[in-house]
Amino acid sequence: MRFQLTEDQRALRDGVRQLLARRFDADALRAAVAEPGLDRALWRGLGEAGFFALRLPESDGGVGLGLPEAVLAFEEAGRALLPGPLVATHLAAGTVAGAATGETVVTAVDSGPVEWLTEADVVLGDASGAVPLRSVDPLTPLHRVPDALPATAGPVAVLLTAAEQLGTATRACELAVRHARTREQFGQPIGAFQAVKHLCAEMLVRAETARAAVYAAAVTADPVDIAAARLLADEAAERGARDCLQVHGGMGFTWESEVHLHLKRAWVRAQRGGEITESEELLAADLVG
Amino acid sequence: MDLSYTPEEEDFRARLREWLAEVLPGLPPKPSPDDWPARRAYDLGWQRMLYDAGYAEVYWNASPTVRLIFLEETEQAGAPYVGANFVGLLHAGPTIASEGTPEQRARWLPPVLRGDEVWCQGFSEPDAGSDLAALRTRAWRDGDHYVVSGSKIWTSHAEVADWCELLVRTDPAAPKHRGITWLAMPMDAPGITVRPLRTLAGSAEFAEVFLDEVQVPVTNRVGAENDGWRVTMVTLSFERGTAFVGEVVACRRVLGELAREARKNGRWDDPVLRRRLGRLNAEFRALWRLTQWNVSEAEAGGGVPGIGGSVFKLRYSHARQELYDAAAAVLGAQSLDLDRLWVLDRLSSLSYTIAAGTSQIQRNIVAERILGLPKGR
Ligand SMILES: Cc1cc2nc3c(=O)[nH]c(=O)nc-3n(C[C@H](O)[C@H](O)[C@H](O)COP(=O)(O)OP(=O)(O)OC[C@H]3O[C@@H](n4cnc5c(N)ncnc54)[C@H](O)[C@@H]3O)c2cc1C
Repeated sequence: MRFQLTEDQRALRDGVRQLLARRFDADALRAAVAEPGLDRALWRGLGEAGFFALRLPESDGGVGLGLPEAVLAFEEAGRALLPGPLVATHLAAGTVAGAATGETVVTAVDSGPVEWLTEADVVLGDASGAVPLRSVDPLTPLHRVPDALPATAGPVAVLLTAAEQLGTATRACELAVRHARTREQFGQPIGAFQAVKHLCAEMLVRAETARAAVYAAAVTADPVDIAAARLLADEAAERGARDCLQVHGGMGFTWESEVHLHLKRAWVRAQRGGEITESEELLAADLVG
Repeated sequence: MDLSYTPEEEDFRARLREWLAEVLPGLPPKPSPDDWPARRAYDLGWQRMLYDAGYAEVYWNASPTVRLIFLEETEQAGAPYVGANFVGLLHAGPTIASEGTPEQRARWLPPVLRGDEVWCQGFSEPDAGSDLAALRTRAWRDGDHYVVSGSKIWTSHAEVADWCELLVRTDPAAPKHRGITWLAMPMDAPGITVRPLRTLAGSAEFAEVFLDEVQVPVTNRVGAENDGWRVTMVTLSFERGTAFVGEVVACRRVLGELAREARKNGRWDDPVLRRRLGRLNAEFRALWRLTQWNVSEAEAGGGVPGIGGSVFKLRYSHARQELYDAAAAVLGAQSLDLDRLWVLDRLSSLSYTIAAGTSQIQRNIVAERILGLPKGR
């Protein structure tokens, strides 16, 4: 048993992080908020880098890697707050022409509201009668489908979403710690106050516990493991972003700070895996099964 | 990332499982939790069986992964818990193995593994709990002995221990972290008085220990004089790092039993309770994965558990309390009956956020040592 990242996995993660730092940095994030819309060039860039084709066999023109590698890539996407129907397009690689290369943007009608409906080239599922929502997340346009049959996201979609949530949890902790080290009040960095310090410690503990669950679920691909990963990652992301906002004080409540974007995206993703109670029921059934 | 075990490890697991199936049915019933002399005898008897079968070694001489498998299998099979042997096997032993001289290792390690000698931990004092380095128990040199005076508190199972890993102040003039020394004190030395304290669970789990000019040979010192704080950090890394592995497995087992009990008594039909148990399933699965992650890290890092132990300890202590609160919800009014299963466990789970460093202290450690936040007052 070597439940640690391999050299290759580390390299992959660092590579994706660098790519995203180049193509989608803080300025790009701010620009995207100011002028929402899917950046097609970025999407194709991701396609070229193999983001969508990561799990497609090499014989089909893919990268031929597995779920753990996809999870690492999606964690980075979550960390960078990368917008777009990433999970749906990734899952469509190999079945929808152009999805693997980032030429085609694919969205899916799952359990929650439909993301990026009007920007997508291909919509999987029945979106007829879709009504636009005023989306809480400025970077994720949403539609409600009134008469949609209750469709549930598949386990892989749930796991990749959990990986994005893990990215948010990690990022929120980093941002909070950075702020707590530099912002001074009462003549010392606020991070010296236990009330702040303990918020940060709990953020890390939640993120690291979620990380262990998400990575393990990527290795086993077991639906019960995935449900567990989902619950822990949702919690780590939502509470992490909330606590990050608290640590930032008034600045955290402004539109300009990046913090609210993390919280809002965490809320959007939390809807993607179906009702929380469904995951809890699955885990409960496992106890007596 | 790989969660599979090597063929040798799987082989070890299979042999251990077979052996456990063979010996466990023949064990005598567990003694009452209040009866420490009986518990000592029981726990040492089990340790001796492990020793004779060649499994005792696992605590110090096996890889972290093999130790993980050992703790997982013994717990899953319902084998006795380390109990009275806790300090010897999980703190003092590893500390002496890592910091002791060859003579010290030869003197103290085999009796712990054989189940001949029991250790206790004399760290805390009435005025030095979270602020452990504020300890005041004094020791001064008198020829080839230290003479020790002072008092210790919350010393678990002191009255049945043969040895105590004792922290003393050897240089009162030095800054508080600098003047501390780590000694192995024989518990039958003249001048030692043990006064059991009653816990909130009603039993005498720990004690006060009064030390009145107790003589401890200088050769019993582990590490250099006044270098005891560093040695203590080694001890604490074991305490927080790997000491809880078996317990996570135990909690997962209890959770399954709880679900079955809830099915029997009808409370399973309550979706709120059912989902609460489902969430605990997620929690303990994640804690098990975190354990595997930390063990893998220790394996890569030469065997000494890292700071990740504090992350684990924080989350685990609270999860354990939630588990037994859920047990009370399953039991309903029966949770007020001390003779019911899980009720005493619920009481003892209250100590998890206090013992081995309170949750507040663990949060300080995580924030300062992992996240690099500034030290405050
Ligand atoms: C069941 C049990 C078994 C034990 N066994 C042993 C043993 O075998 N050997 C041994 O040496 N010790 C043992 N202990 C002692 C244990 O390590 C201490 O109780 C623990 O370290 C806390 O110290 P204290 O009790 O003095 O509480 P205090 O340090 O007085 O703490 C009281 C409260 O103040 C908080 N606090 C203190 N300092 C800070 C701070 N800097 N920041 C924020 N909050 C703070 C604490 O978190 C706690 O909530 C045991 C304890 C228990 C409960």
